Amino acid sequence: MNAVVAPESSLARVRSQVLDAAGIADHDLERALGALMRGTVDNADLYFQVSRQESWTLEDGIVKEGAHSIEQGVGVRAMSGEKTGFAYSDELVVPALLQASAAASAIVRQGQQGRVQAWQPRSGHRLYAPIDPLPTLTDDDKVALLQRIDSEVRALDPRVKQVVASLAAAHEVILVCASDGAMAADVRPLVRFNISVIVEQGDKREQGYAGGGGRFGYEYFTPEQVLEYGREAVRQAVVNLDAVPAPSGEMVVVLGPGWPGVLLHEAIGHGLEGDFNRKGTSAFTGRVGERVASDLCTVVDDGTLPNRRGSLNVDDEGTPTRNTVLIENGILRGYLQDKMNARLMGTESTGNGRRQSFAHTPMPRMTNTYMLAGPHHPDEIIASVKKGVYARNFGGGQVDITSGKFVFSATEAYRIENGKLGAPIRDATLVGDGPTVLNRVSMVGNDLALDTGIGVCGKEGQSVPVGVGQPTLRIDGLTIGGTGGDE
Amino acid sequence: MSTRTALSLENGVVSLQEKVNDALRLARQLGASQAEANASFGTGFSVNVRLREVETLRHQRDQGLGVTVWLGHRKGSASTSDLRPEAIEESVRKACALARYGAEDPASGLADADKLAKSIPELSLYHPWAIDPAAAIELATTCEAAALDFDPRVTNSEGASVSTSESLRVYGNSHGFLGSYPESDHSISCSVVAAQDGAMETDYEYAVARDAADLPGPAEVGAEAGRRTVARLGGTKLETCNAPVLFPARVARGLIGHLLSAISGGALYRKSSFLVDTLGKPVFASRVTIDEKPHLLKALASAPFDDEGVATTERRLVDAGVLGGYLLGSYYARKLGMQSTGNSGGAHNLVVHSTGETFADLLRTMDRGLVIADLMGSGVNPVTGDYSRGASGFWVENGQIQYPVTEITIAGNLKDMFQGILGIGSDVDRRGAVLTGSILLEQMTIGGS
Ligand SMILES: [Zn+2]
Repeated sequence: MNAVVAPESSLARVRSQVLDAAGIADHDLERALGALMRGTVDNADLYFQVSRQESWTLEDGIVKEGAHSIEQGVGVRAMSGEKTGFAYSDELVVPALLQASAAASAIVRQGQQGRVQAWQPRSGHRLYAPIDPLPTLTDDDKVALLQRIDSEVRALDPRVKQVVASLAAAHEVILVCASDGAMAADVRPLVRFNISVIVEQGDKREQGYAGGGGRFGYEYFTPEQVLEYGREAVRQAVVNLDAVPAPSGEMVVVLGPGWPGVLLHEAIGHGLEGDFNRKGTSAFTGRVGERVASDLCTVVDDGTLPNRRGSLNVDDEGTPTRNTVLIENGILRGYLQDKMNARLMGTESTGNGRRQSFAHTPMPRMTNTYMLAGPHHPDEIIASVKKGVYARNFGGGQVDITSGKFVFSATEAYRIENGKLGAPIRDATLVGDGPTVLNRVSMVGNDLALDTGIGVCGKEGQSVPVGVGQPTLRIDGLTIGGTGGDE
Repeated sequence: MSTRTALSLENGVVSLQEKVNDALRLARQLGASQAEANASFGTGFSVNVRLREVETLRHQRDQGLGVTVWLGHRKGSASTSDLRPEAIEESVRKACALARYGAEDPASGLADADKLAKSIPELSLYHPWAIDPAAAIELATTCEAAALDFDPRVTNSEGASVSTSESLRVYGNSHGFLGSYPESDHSISCSVVAAQDGAMETDYEYAVARDAADLPGPAEVGAEAGRRTVARLGGTKLETCNAPVLFPARVARGLIGHLLSAISGGALYRKSSFLVDTLGKPVFASRVTIDEKPHLLKALASAPFDDEGVATTERRLVDAGVLGGYLLGSYYARKLGMQSTGNSGGAHNLVVHSTGETFADLLRTMDRGLVIADLMGSGVNPVTGDYSRGASGFWVENGQIQYPVTEITIAGNLKDMFQGILGIGSDVDRRGAVLTGSILLEQMTIGGS
């Protein structure tokens, strides 16, 4: 699926699409960066973005609405020590660019104009084809796909009473040029399919949800693929019809493979982002080289997986993404960095500088975060538990970086009794402590799986697409919060 | 229709109205039977000061136009942040093209013409703040200093922020409605870190107002951030138990927020709500009464009309525990065989009546139980009302706070929780769409070690 396009020609194409169309020439970029590089400014950058998105939603068996949006603009940033000045404009014209540069540079007192390095085009990876995914299916076929899945899902089980399905695509073109000479462009396709169903049995009602996607065109959503999402949504809803209240208290918890890797994202990932560690506000601050997990655990953040939702050819500062080892056999190895925090911590960017859009400032963010496979068969892991909980699917999670406390909500979970799966249990929240939870990992499965391409990570009001993954894990003690009482 | 203008956004009003009219005209020319357009413009800045030094200065300037067209009862929408005529034209064409692929849906269309706002009440929502970044930096510095100096255990900071923004929204539709009003929002916030015995805790405090004159002093905000943070130090886990739980006003807003999602038209129509078919039935304890007051002067969720131009009106939403209405826009109102309640886009100031007690009174009534400081995670099932979230807070014995607790869960079902409300404090938090005092619940399951 990876069309091979030389990055230089990709940069040239994006330049003409974004800059030439707006009448912005090289000397305008130099002028804008020159205006930013005043006084004590260490680094400055311009981030151009042109994106188009569409979504199609089906409810009641009909496509109720198609929606389309265009977003474009330029974000302008000047950094001096720990200071950042930022402004943006949603008009892509030279005067607006210069005005934004003047506003952003007000963070430092005026001084001599600094030096802007000669631009060196950065060749990023070629992890996905530089395509516009919106026209990869005709509008008629998008509508037909949604209608077909609606009738197929209703036919799966007569208890299905409501189906809401949606199809969405984004075509994002970005170009970043910085005073340190970085100049890079990226064309980022992203597609997504979601389905949620409501099932009814007697007076009980439950909801099930599934979906997936990644950086490719709509052709990924073959009839078989879409039906698989539909089956999964119905299966989850039906399982929960028979769910009993979850227990509460501390228990042995086995987490399933794939999306439950949201545990790593919350418990570990956020706490290892460079900004919190530079400021000393993370529970992981100053702990590189220390044991933070059992020696079965190796956790990475890998932005270089082909076609994944969390992958990027270059990050939003023009740095190629990497595979960064966060925890190696239980020992904390490093943090996720953007340029500013790397500079202040005396290290280099790991290609994790990401932003929601031109109207937001970059921060260290995760890409695809997962734990490598271990030696145990998943059946062996469940069989090892006398009494506990098996959590197979999750809603979302949240973490307090400073105290290290995190939560995540199970949407499909079962009791384990004498090594066997028992009754499904109702929605239960699991809480734990990031710096200690992985020390309690006593078994790691050989079944590493990544999620289906549904992750959205929120930080300081900015959302970015991410991926997570893990093999089956046994954790010897995590607090679970249900209404079923302590046992 | 009414076109109140305001000084610094004045040019904006005229130009946005023209853009809305242009979009509606073009939609008609392209064969739309109905159309609506929404244009907005906003501007402002924020500063963040960390450890007594300026950290960020962010200038903000947003604009956008969204258009929805109907060909018969088939709907298409498009939006753009580029407001040049050619971009608007492209959006209208795109919306029309998308509508051709939509299915005929008799409930789909503009709000009924007789429901649209006929006059636009002055709600005092626009009070520009004549402040420059240098002065904002000074306020933020004072705010953070009060937090850092509150207690020697406050050792680090995420910083203090001051932000100001003003915006203008114009909504028009092919019934001939054209309404607009300017708004402002200003805020001060502070978040610090405290440490004790090698463990760190963080918390924050914030203030937000339409009029900067209504903001508390920056030192007051900072000191409260310091107090909240230090209070969390030394938290322990609890034994798993059942006990009463007190949601302080700040957290209680979220509890009532779950009501709002459950009685919104879409959730009810899709039956993805635990309150399906509860109109006229007791969903709360009889001591609970809630009004919706869209026209409160200067309030954060006040609005003269909703997202469809429908006039907003004051009403009693919950009367002595009995649910008196839903939150409906036109589409789901038609689907449910009802009328729009002027809630396309959400609720406008839900005022929960206090049962008269102070926070201290509620603590005494509770005697022994949990006061929530902070909730984490999204563990609420909208279909069943099952509720399970991570929490930290304070353990109470003999009506007095004893010690902080952390890494626990609280669980219950929202139906039982709403019925189990024992009291609503007079300590109203006005910083959002729900205005409520602290809420005491009879019992929840607390998960600990
Ligand atoms: Zn996240």
